[in-house]
Order: sequence, then structure tokens, then C-alpha cells
Amino acid sequence: MAKIRSFIPRIATMAGAALLAVMIPMTSHASTHEHGYTYNYDFWEDVQDSPDFYSPSKVFTSVDLGLETPLFNPQGLTVVGDLMYITDSGNNRIIELEINDVESLTVTRIIDEVKGAEPATFSNPTDVAISDDGNIFVADQGNNRVIKFDNDLNYLMTFDKPTDSALDAQLTFQPKKLVVDTAERVYCIATGINKGLCKYEPDGVFSGFVGATPASYDFLDYVWKKFASQEQRAQMEAFVPTEYDNIVMDYEGFIYAVTSAASEEDLDSGTADAVRKINLLGDDILVRNGNYPVYGDLYWGSGAGHSGPSLFSDVCVFDNDIYVCLDRNRGRLFGYDDQGRLVFAFGGNGNMDGYFRNPIGIAASGHNMFVLDSLDCAITAFKPTEFGSLVYKAIEEFDEGNYDLSGETWEQVMSMNGNYDLAYIGIGRSLLRQERYHEAMEYFELKYDDENYSKAFKQYRKEWVEDNIVVIIIVILALFLIPMGIGRYKKIKHDVDTADIF
Amino acid sequence: MLSAIKNNAGWAKYLDSLKFAFYCMTHPLDGFWDLTHEKRGTYAAANTILIATLIVRLMKLRFTSFIFITVYWEEINVFLYLASILLPLSLWVLGNWGLTTLFDGKGRLGQVYMATCYGLLPYPVIQLPLMLLSNVVTVDEGGFYSVLSAISLVYAGLLILAAMGQIHEYSGRKNVLFAVATLFAMLVMVFIILIFFSMITQGVSYIVSLVREMLFRL
Repeated sequence: MAKIRSFIPRIATMAGAALLAVMIPMTSHASTHEHGYTYNYDFWEDVQDSPDFYSPSKVFTSVDLGLETPLFNPQGLTVVGDLMYITDSGNNRIIELEINDVESLTVTRIIDEVKGAEPATFSNPTDVAISDDGNIFVADQGNNRVIKFDNDLNYLMTFDKPTDSALDAQLTFQPKKLVVDTAERVYCIATGINKGLCKYEPDGVFSGFVGATPASYDFLDYVWKKFASQEQRAQMEAFVPTEYDNIVMDYEGFIYAVTSAASEEDLDSGTADAVRKINLLGDDILVRNGNYPVYGDLYWGSGAGHSGPSLFSDVCVFDNDIYVCLDRNRGRLFGYDDQGRLVFAFGGNGNMDGYFRNPIGIAASGHNMFVLDSLDCAITAFKPTEFGSLVYKAIEEFDEGNYDLSGETWEQVMSMNGNYDLAYIGIGRSLLRQERYHEAMEYFELKYDDENYSKAFKQYRKEWVEDNIVVIIIVILALFLIPMGIGRYKKIKHDVDTADIF
Repeated sequence: MLSAIKNNAGWAKYLDSLKFAFYCMTHPLDGFWDLTHEKRGTYAAANTILIATLIVRLMKLRFTSFIFITVYWEEINVFLYLASILLPLSLWVLGNWGLTTLFDGKGRLGQVYMATCYGLLPYPVIQLPLMLLSNVVTVDEGGFYSVLSAISLVYAGLLILAAMGQIHEYSGRKNVLFAVATLFAMLVMVFIILIFFSMITQGVSYIVSLVREMLFRL
């Protein structure tokens, strides 16, 4: 699809502008648009203000949680069912809390020792994962191990540095983040290992790396490197895969991995991805059907001391396949749907509720979210607003097959936010399922959804041809028969006129 | 009244020259030779083709399916949009005439203009039906649209090239050489226009600031 925006070749524009500047008063509008808390991007990548999708319902500090030792540089946040685990790295402990409600958390226990382990205490733990059997896995970075213990804190197993000949022997194993699947296989990110996720079998044996990002380089760099001397080459950036920053496992067992190490150019050219969805084989299966890539903010200009692309530090996934990426650069949250389209974006840097200084972890609980800020040492609880709940309802109704209901819910969403592209497309998709193709086409056309429009149009065209088949055949026959008839008439007339009988 | 127009010799000549444009489209070498040497072409027909091209280009914005062209209407300036055809066209005509007149080119300025406009014919002829067609195809069938659209541009380009060769009585190689040279001439002209306007702007702002300063001190 050709987007006609800067439609004239640059030379023509410059010269044309120079010529026409004399004749036509040029109007230039600088769009310095100051957007609100929640926003979205439309088809033209313009910022569209949105009603709030989530609202911060409570901020939990150490005092609110009733902790004797306040949190210090917490690094990890995990929610499993009703339980929340904060990895309080600075205090070498794990805090287990019970989520009674989005506005009420109670500390149930503080884990700082494992019975029977050597050493028994943690040193700079960075992440926790809980298996279905209730066993607890901790990335114990300072002790160079991933430790597994049962719910009663009895030591079970240790996962050590991967036994891989390709790894530098000098490298110390520093596990950073980890997830555990239903069979208690462990996938972990370790500092300095960029070959992907270290995968351990349930018996603690390292079984390989999965899901490395493809190493990216451009051709110019490659040629340049060919000519460089040994010393110069050593100074240059190596063509190596980037490390992941965080991983999370969704309810289906797929791993969402985010990285903030991808360069601006690679993100821009599409050779690197900020978010990947990794299946069992280590392949990226994230759907990217949105109008723009899944990398958070589209505009990377400097503002309030922050520039460059969004740097995702964590991600969480809801049961409706919407995943939310946490940007530690501008303190924002970006929610994407299963098609890779931006559902919402909100947040910012600051000290007010709902703003962050160094957001490091995010976890989903039902439709609510908890965000951990390592500088503020606080957890912000987010609850969907009426608008957000309606959007979720519409998406879930559609997934369940209640297309009529979904359409009606999207109508409500649209009445709350007329600039919300997903609402139009949602109504269109619901109409499409109800076989009301012509109406669906109108909604898709309004928001330039060419794929869905084509689906609807194909059906509409088929119906139209079926309904008008008689007319079409008559027209085609007429196109052949009338000229033939005229020719025949002329020939007979000619024959008659030139006949010798008179 | 109608018959009066029909019988008018000028009108007949106009219609004939317009019809001749289609002959040029299908028989470029023969057609463009006759265009000037046999005086088969008219300025009226050339203008008609140019206006048709401009109109089709504008209509495309509105009537092509959004699958192929999406328009950000807030930033569309019709005059600038039309300039995207008119400006290169006038630069081409001027540049080509300016160069060829120094190197044995037989075509005059008006003839270069006329032949170039005649060469534009594939654009309206192909793009107009294509515009209608775009509304009855889906994304999967979009290949037809892009290919035909590209053909219309390449076709027009080749016709203009052939036309230049015929009206200047150039050999094939010399013709291509001068076509390339004309493109450079266009760049040079753009460069000069830009310098000219930036100089004018600076000059005006100099005088304005001078007068302001004087008024301020008086």
C-alpha cells in the first residue's frame, strides 16, 4: 500500500515549493502535540489521545507492606495465582505476598534461607519462578547458581553454568531471569551469554541454548570490517546476537522475551526485534500484523532527558493473549494484542502515582497489573478502567465466538473513544463473521485495514456476482450479439442495395 | 449548432490530431515522425492530453481503492501535487530543447512540448481504467494493479524517448545520450532555481532588516 504523505519526489518538492511560495501562502503547522496519560497511534502514526485504559489504584511502598527492612533495589516481580514474589535483591531475600485484592497485599513470608543448601543464603537474587508443583526456583546471581527448593524451603537441586564448549571458561555464571515450564524445565537468561536462553532438563542437566536472536549486521559494516586491521577490528562491535533482558512464560507455554540491547538502526530497519515469542524449538512466532513494529514508542526524539527507542525491561501476558511491555526508558507500558497491534500505551517518568523512575518488573494478575519500580522500591497496582474492561470484554467475546456480542461491545468502546482504530476494525470483524460484508467493508475502509477489507470484499463480490448472474450474462451476450447483429444488418442492407434485380 | 462545429475545419483537425495520438501510441517511430514532419499534431491536442493526465492524476487520489493509495488529506496541496507533473515536464521540455538545439536537433521548443505531451498518453489511457479496476480487486489480486500501473509509466517514458529521437532526427544512441544529458540539465536547472530563490529571499530580508533598522533609529 502506498501511503501518500510525502508524495512528491524531494527535488520536485523543493523546487515546487520555491516556485509556489511566491503564489500560494504556505501554511505550516508544527504539530507539537502534548499527549495525555493514555494514547495510541492511528494508521498515520499520529498520536491519538485515549481515555485511560488502566488507572493506578494503589502504590505499595515498604511501609504499606509492613516490612521491617525496607526494600532495597528489588529486581524481580512474579505473580502466580494469588501469590506474588518480590525479589528483594539488595537485601538478599524473597518476599512472598498474598494478593487479596488489587488494593490489598499481605506479606505471608520472607524467604532468605534454604534448608540444606550450600550456601544456605542468597546473594543478589534476581528472579523467582514457581513451577506447577509448587517448587520454587531462584536465580541466585551472586552465588552463580539457579537454586530449586520446595515450598517448605527444603533444598532440592542446583543448576550450574552450562556445560558448553563454546562458552568462555573464565565466564562466571550469572543467571538473571528465569522461567519454568510445566515439566519443570528451566529456561534462564544469564549475563554475558548471548547464545539464547539456557535450557535445563528437569533433572538439572543443561540441554542447550534456545531462541538466540539472529545476529544482525549491515553490508557496509561487513565490507568495512574486511578492510580493517586486527586492532581496529577488535575495537568494532562484534556481529553477535543481543542478550535478552527478561522473559515470561504465557499460559500456553510460549516464552515472551524482550531485549533493550537492539540498536536504533536495527529496530528501524526491522533486522532486530524488541519482543519475541519463542516456541519449544526456539523459533520466533510473534505475529506482527500491526501498522508499525512491536517496539513501543514510534517517536524517539529527546524529551525530558530521555531519547532513543523504548527499552523494554519486562513483559507480562494476559490470558486473552494481550501482552504488555514495560519501557524503562520513558516509564511507559505498551499493550499489544495477538496480532501485534497496539491496544494501549500509557505512563511516563515522574513521582506521581502511575509514573515511574526505573520500572523493572511487571506481572499480570487477572486483568490487573503490578509494576515494580527498583528506584522507588514500590509496587504500583493497575486496574482496568471501564474503557479498558470493555475492550478486553470485546476481544474475549470475539475469541469465544460471540461475534454479535463482541460487535455490540466494540460499539460501546467506540462511543467512548471515537479515535480508537481497534474498535472500528473490531466492529468490522464482527460484521464479517455475521456475513454482513458490505457493512464490514465500510468499517475496514475507515481505518484502512486492507487485509480484512479484502476478505469482506471478496465475499461481497461473490454474492453480488451470484445475485446478478443473469444480468451479467445478458450484458456479455449483448456486447457480442449487438455488434454482430449490426454487422449482419449492414451486410444484408448492402446486398439488397447492390442487388442486380432492379 | 452541433453540425456547425462538426463541419468546422479547425475542429476536424483537432479531432484528427487527437486520434493521431493513439496512432503514435501504437506506432511510435512512424507516428512521431509524422507528428512534426507531416504536421499531424496540434497544440490543442497536446494540451488536451496534458490536462487529461493532470485530471487523471488528481482523480486517482480520490477514486483509487484505499488498498493501493491511502491519502492523508490534511497534507494534500492540489497545486503542489499537480506540480509534481508540470514541473518535471517543463524542465524536461526546456532542458531538452536547450541541449538539442545546440547539437543539430531539428525540433523546435513547441514541437518538443507537443511530442512530450503526446508521449504522456499511456498515463491517462491506462490509469483511468486501472483506477476503476482497483475498486473491484482484493489485496491478493493487487499484483495486477501494480504491474499495469508500472507499465503505464514505462510505456510513457519509452514513448517520450522515441518522440525525442524522431522530432530531432537523432540516431538511437545519440537520442539516449541526450535523454540522459537532459536529465542532468534538469538537475542543474533545479539547482539554479533553488539558488536564485534563496538569494532573493536573503536579499529581501536584508533590505527589510535595513529599513527596519533605519525606522528604528529615526
